[in-house]
Amino acid sequence: MARFAVRRLASMVAVMFAISILTFLLFQVLPNSDPSTRLAGRTASPTQIAKIRSDWGFDKPIYVQYIKTMGKILNGTVTSYQQQLPVEDQIRQDLPTTLSLAIGAGVIWLALGILFGVLSAWRAGRWLDRGLTVLSLVGVSMPVFFLGAVLSYYIGDKARILPAGDYVALTSDPWQWFKHMLMPWFALSVLFIGVYSRILRSTILDTINDDYVRTARAKGLSERQVMIRHVLRNSLIPIVSLWGLDFASVLGGGAILTETVFNLHGVGQYAAQSVEGLDIPPVLVITMFGAFAVVLLSAVVDIVYAALDPRIRL
Amino acid sequence: MSPGAHLLEVSNLKVSFQTEEGVVRAVDGVSFALEQGEVVAIVGESGSGKSVTAMTLLGLTRSPNASFEGSAQLEGKELITASEEQLREIRGGEIAMIFQDPMSSLDPVYRIGSQIVEQIVAHDFQVSKSEAMERAIALMDRVGIPRARERVRSYPHEFSGGMRQRVMIAMALSCSPKVLIADEPTTALDVTIQAQILDELRTLRKETDAGIILVTHDLGVVADIADRIVVMYAGRVVEQGTLDEIFYNPQHPYTWGLLGSITRVDRDTTGLLPSIPGTPPSLVSPPAGCHFRPRCPHAFDRCTDVPALEAHLPETPQHVDRCWLSAMQKRDLRQVGDRIGLAADEPVIA
Repeated sequence: MARFAVRRLASMVAVMFAISILTFLLFQVLPNSDPSTRLAGRTASPTQIAKIRSDWGFDKPIYVQYIKTMGKILNGTVTSYQQQLPVEDQIRQDLPTTLSLAIGAGVIWLALGILFGVLSAWRAGRWLDRGLTVLSLVGVSMPVFFLGAVLSYYIGDKARILPAGDYVALTSDPWQWFKHMLMPWFALSVLFIGVYSRILRSTILDTINDDYVRTARAKGLSERQVMIRHVLRNSLIPIVSLWGLDFASVLGGGAILTETVFNLHGVGQYAAQSVEGLDIPPVLVITMFGAFAVVLLSAVVDIVYAALDPRIRL
Repeated sequence: MSPGAHLLEVSNLKVSFQTEEGVVRAVDGVSFALEQGEVVAIVGESGSGKSVTAMTLLGLTRSPNASFEGSAQLEGKELITASEEQLREIRGGEIAMIFQDPMSSLDPVYRIGSQIVEQIVAHDFQVSKSEAMERAIALMDRVGIPRARERVRSYPHEFSGGMRQRVMIAMALSCSPKVLIADEPTTALDVTIQAQILDELRTLRKETDAGIILVTHDLGVVADIADRIVVMYAGRVVEQGTLDEIFYNPQHPYTWGLLGSITRVDRDTTGLLPSIPGTPPSLVSPPAGCHFRPRCPHAFDRCTDVPALEAHLPETPQHVDRCWLSAMQKRDLRQVGDRIGLAADEPVIA
């Protein structure tokens, strides 16, 4: 366990370091990415631009710029180029929104994905399974920006059943928070529910033919015990690892579309704005945060995996 | 014979499966009986319907596209039409089964002990978890698993194939079954382990009064342990008799072929190992008449009718076979040099 922790910690540092270098370099080679011209504004004279360049250190070699930026990020004093606000404050402000979205949606898509997958496998080939197959296909092919916009317009603006967007903090009004999050959760979950239920369905149908399931039946267990203790228990293992990584990517800013459609100022939207403005510091921080989330959750997945499957040793 | 006179009586059992290619008649009229403390071996190559027969006794072949005819009675209780709940009680309780591949027959995510306990508590609602665990340890000890008390906490992947098969046997014994079905219990194991597992089965047979059905393709395994042998080919019983009758006076050409293809260390081994030419027929459209006809060098015009399974030797009325050849012809034809074989001409490599 200790060795596992050390190994994972080391790989986490390595991954974040690599990600930060790649992101930084990417923004150096992008056309029009010189921050000094953007900072100086449209009507700036060449001397003004040159001054900004030397003031901000953009005339220094790339590695010096990188080290300085990383230094600021690590001690939490980095500011964005555009608004020149501390990135840390902005993320601190946006994170609860993204966390609310990711955790709620993650729970929903895991629960419904398992439910529909089990129902589909249980009724394989019958009308319920066919119905769910079509439904999951629709879910998988429905882009979030379309589904979200439709939901937001019909349920939010027209029928006024649920609020069409915006975020209410959980701490200020839990009921309003829940009502505001319901549609975004659903919009974000639909794709995952479709994918998970299909994967679980086929894993279950594979597992049913495994020899140990036949043994379980031959032992005289009830069909219910066979299904839950042996078939489902073994079929959930791949779902767990999938969930961990999908959850991490949503947490690390992967829910940009949902956040945009429902006007939720989360990390994803902040990332989108910063990329649009070629604003290196926030983009760097967010990509590193995303990488951190992925590495951390994959370690958690491995731990859960080892608990679920005794053949795996950490 | 009155019903219930035998421990287990299978009569005219037919199992067919609806598939995309057509109806597969996996088992086509199989009959045999099993007495207490007796070992009956069902022998045949892959696809002969021997495993399907065995699994059907436990209802393990039930599925929407399977259909069943005939009967199988355990002490007069019908198994083929038994309800799911009746079957659940019979499975593991009165009829227990050991499967072919011990590597995959145990659930990888549960400890050995708890998998045995699971079966004990499924049949005995009175027993406490700790009592069941004590019984599991005692069972593992009995089937020769060393340090059983520690090893109950192991997972299947921490056991070797032979040890896992012992666990399967311990599990099968946990509820003192009346019938033990062993479906190729030694096929996936190496030879020394095979011998140990067979020893285990032999001990069992002495210690318990259970009847054992041994399903195998290996006549060598059978010679060690069986009392009676049922030879199956393409879904049908082609010959049935005592161990001695089958080994020393085989009546069906297919049995000759099986016997002829056993490797023997006490014989000349310079030649090629004889094999039965051809492959078993498709069970969707089997040949008319005797199923073995296309592969049989002794087939003649009568073989297009199905021969009845009946006794042809007055001195052994329980020794039955499905072949049109006369007893005299059989005695001549099966002799290949100094041994029994399918055909006098050169052996063919399959």
